Order: sequence, then structure tokens, then C-alpha cells
Amino acid sequence: MSYIEIKDVTRTYPLRGQTFTALSQVDLAIERGEFICLLGPSGCGKSTLLNMLAGFDRPTTGSLTIDGQPVTAPTIKYVTIFQNYGLLPWRTVEHNVELGLESLGRPAAERRAIAEKYLELVGLSNFRDRHPAELSGGMQQRVAIARALAVDPEILFMDEPFAALDALTRMKLQDEISAICREQHKTIIFVTHDIDEAIVLADRIVIMTPNPGHIKSIINVDLHGRRDRTSPDFLHIRDQVFTEFSLKPEDKTEYYI
Amino acid sequence: MNNVKHITGALLIVLVIWQAIVSLSGWNEALLPTPWRTLQGFGELISDGVLALDIYDSLRRFVIGYTSSVVIAMLLGLVLGWYQRIWGYLNPIAQVLRPVSPMAWLPFIVLFFGIGEMPALVIIFIAAFFPVLLATVAAVQSLEPVYLKVARNFGIGQPQLLFKIILPAVFPRIATGLHLALGTAWVFLVAGEMVGAQSGLGFLIIDARNNLRADLLMDAIITIGVLGLGLDALVRCLEHWIYRRWGLTPLNR
Repeated sequence: MSYIEIKDVTRTYPLRGQTFTALSQVDLAIERGEFICLLGPSGCGKSTLLNMLAGFDRPTTGSLTIDGQPVTAPTIKYVTIFQNYGLLPWRTVEHNVELGLESLGRPAAERRAIAEKYLELVGLSNFRDRHPAELSGGMQQRVAIARALAVDPEILFMDEPFAALDALTRMKLQDEISAICREQHKTIIFVTHDIDEAIVLADRIVIMTPNPGHIKSIINVDLHGRRDRTSPDFLHIRDQVFTEFSLKPEDKTEYYI
Repeated sequence: MNNVKHITGALLIVLVIWQAIVSLSGWNEALLPTPWRTLQGFGELISDGVLALDIYDSLRRFVIGYTSSVVIAMLLGLVLGWYQRIWGYLNPIAQVLRPVSPMAWLPFIVLFFGIGEMPALVIIFIAAFFPVLLATVAAVQSLEPVYLKVARNFGIGQPQLLFKIILPAVFPRIATGLHLALGTAWVFLVAGEMVGAQSGLGFLIIDARNNLRADLLMDAIITIGVLGLGLDALVRCLEHWIYRRWGLTPLNR
């Protein structure tokens, strides 16, 4: 049995008197320590799937289990990182990082030590007394990453975490998160619509397409070591992904009717 | 510096118009005092200590009434904004009560609380209550969902959720209600003190009227206006302190 098992999961919503199928019959098995990217255009159900895995939403039919347990509600063992960071603007950087540790009932001195450790990891030690509004987007997302890692979760769910950042900051953070997560042996489920981002980060890319949202195919990324965005291997996989996405023109005609 | 210029200018305009009305209308000075008489009245009120005592009593009542009202309205607003089903039933009641002037309740207030200190407090309480309650409920209902997701993810349950997450998150929106309530409550302080209170600026107004002392009446009016302005500035300072403390940005900036 795999670490994360998604079996025949469908999610429908009522929409103007009709039933809208956001996600249809998804099956996926993920092993511990894998870095999985859910890649697809908007409306392909990738965020819906992530939300259900993180416990914020429930499938209409089908089952989701993590470590053999059905997912029913969010837990501090699996932390989500959001596109708009989800930092608390009234707390300093350090106190934001301590948020989850407070729930775990850690004493103040220990909280501070842990926060310090992870702020150092993301390179923000000098900013611990600042408020989020004083930081750039990239720095804010680093704080959110430090906050997530501070509670030592088994899984990180990331919902287009770098989508709001400029291209150069995004690439820098991609390299950082890749290194950090492999070093800390986390399992990562990462939602993105950026093809290059998925190739740089993922062990496996789950390609999803809309109408209704479902998994089209899964691409194994065998790029070892540091990922060079201009290497032939990289471009080869990129080509594979492009092929996958350009195969379904009838989706659009259906959508506009 | 510009501020000083504007205030001096405004004062001069008021004094000139005021003096002109008194001189040209020919009304008895006992009915309409000159600026000079009014200033003398201030001297009288200050020297016998009446003004200080009345200001003290009014401010004391205002602070008690306003603070208790705001605290209760905010707590209630947080809870009711959160439990929307209950609010569904209470909202119509609040909407009906809100436009009723607190003064309309006066006979019942006197019936329940007697005369003297309490009617003023109760009227201030009612005046401040609804703006803050409604602002808080609306603010909680329009809370950014991501804060709640983060709270659920990190295992923050009630009541920490209300005080650690929701209250600071909605505060900038509540602040508008606090301002509105401050002005309204100060307006009704005077009305409240006209009922059986034996001190305070409202009492000073009644007392001056009964003794045909239009100059003292004018003094009381000026004092109320200036103090109201001061209170507003004070709350603004407090608000900015909270913004700085919490690293928030005010809504309308």
C-alpha cells in the first residue's frame, strides 16, 4: 500500500441548478518522500485535488488515504502553503513562524529556537522582527515555508506558491525549496500551471486536463542532481509535456458550447 | 503650521459673525450672549471649579459607557459573525433597533434604572452599541478565507481562533465602527445627562437654561464640541498605536 492513495475520487459542485464536475475518477498513488507536481491549466481540478488531500474539502465519491488513514480534516502533520502566503500581518516574521508551535504547546524558549533555525534555513534571520507587509513577495513566501517546516510536517501541500512572484525570484525559490525539501525528506504535492517549474521540481509530473478535471498522464522526471534549465534532458522532458497538452483540441470546443 | 493658520482663521470668522449677529439683531444679551460675555462666563465656571467637575463627570460617564458598550458589542459581534445561523435570527432585530434614537427609550430606561447616573450611561451604551456590533459582524463575515485555512491547518481551535486570528484580522474594519460609535455616543452624552443627573456637561446646559444664563449655555456647548474633537483625536491615536503594534495598514489609505 502506498503512502498516499487516491482511489476513484470524483468531486462535483452544484452550479446554477446543474452539477459541475471539478474532478472525475482520479486514481493516484504517491510514495513517501516523493516530490509530485500536479500540472495543468486552470479548471483542471489540480487545486481541488490538493484541497481534498489537505483536508479542506471532501470528495463526492471515492477515497483518499494518507498513511492508511482516511483524510477527514486538516492536520498539523500535513501543512499547506498558499499562493497568497497566508501570513498573519499583525504578527512579526518570528511570531508567524511560531504559530504552529504554539498549537503544539511548545514552551516559548523552544519555539524561539526552532523559529530561529528555520528562519536561518530560508535566509531571513535578519528580518525576524519585521512584519510581513515590510517584506517582498518572495521573502513572505519564504516565511510561510519556514512556518510550515517549523512544525516538522510529513507532507507539504503547495498551492501555486510561486505564481505571484516575478520570474527570477520564482526560479531562485524553486531551487531553494527543491534543496530544502529533499534535505528534510518531506513528501511534497505541488500544484502549478508552469511547465518549467514542474520539470525543475518534480520526481513525477501528474498532467491534468479540464472538462472534466482528470489525470491525463504521469511523466517520470529522471533528471539527477542539480537541474539545469537549459540541459538537453530538461528540454526533452519539456517537449514530452508540450506534446501531452497539445493533444486535446476538442476540450475547448466542448467548453464554449 | 498650516493647521494653526486654518484654526485661527476659522475662529476669527466665527467671532466676527457671532458678534455681528448679536450687534445687529438687538436681542437681549441674556438671550444671546456676546463672545466677550461668553469668555467671562468661562472665567466664572473655571474659577469656581464647576467646569472641571462637570468635565470630569461627563468624561467618566462617557468612558464607562463607551468602553463597556464597545467591548460587549465587539465580543458579541465576533461570536455572532462567526455563528451565522444565530445571526440570521438576530439580524432583523438589530436592524429594527438600530435606527431608533436611544432617547426614545428614555421612559423605559428611567423605569428600569431610575434617574441620576444610570440613564446617561445606558443611553451612551445604546448609542455606541449598534454601529460597533454591525461593523464587527460584517467584518467577521468578510474575513479572508486563507486565515481560517491556516488556523485549521495549524490546529487552532476556539476560543483562540477568535482572539488570535479573527479579531486582529478584522480590526481594521471594526475601527470604522468604533469611530462612528464615538461620535454618536458623545452626541447622546448630553441628552443622557439631561435626565436627573446632577453634574456633567448635559446638566450644565440644563442648569444654565433654567437660570437664564445664555453665556454659560454657550460655554457648555463650546466645551462639548472641543472635548468631542479631542476624544476623536485620542481614539485615532489609539488606533494608530494598534496598527503599528500589529503591523497593519488602515483600510482607507
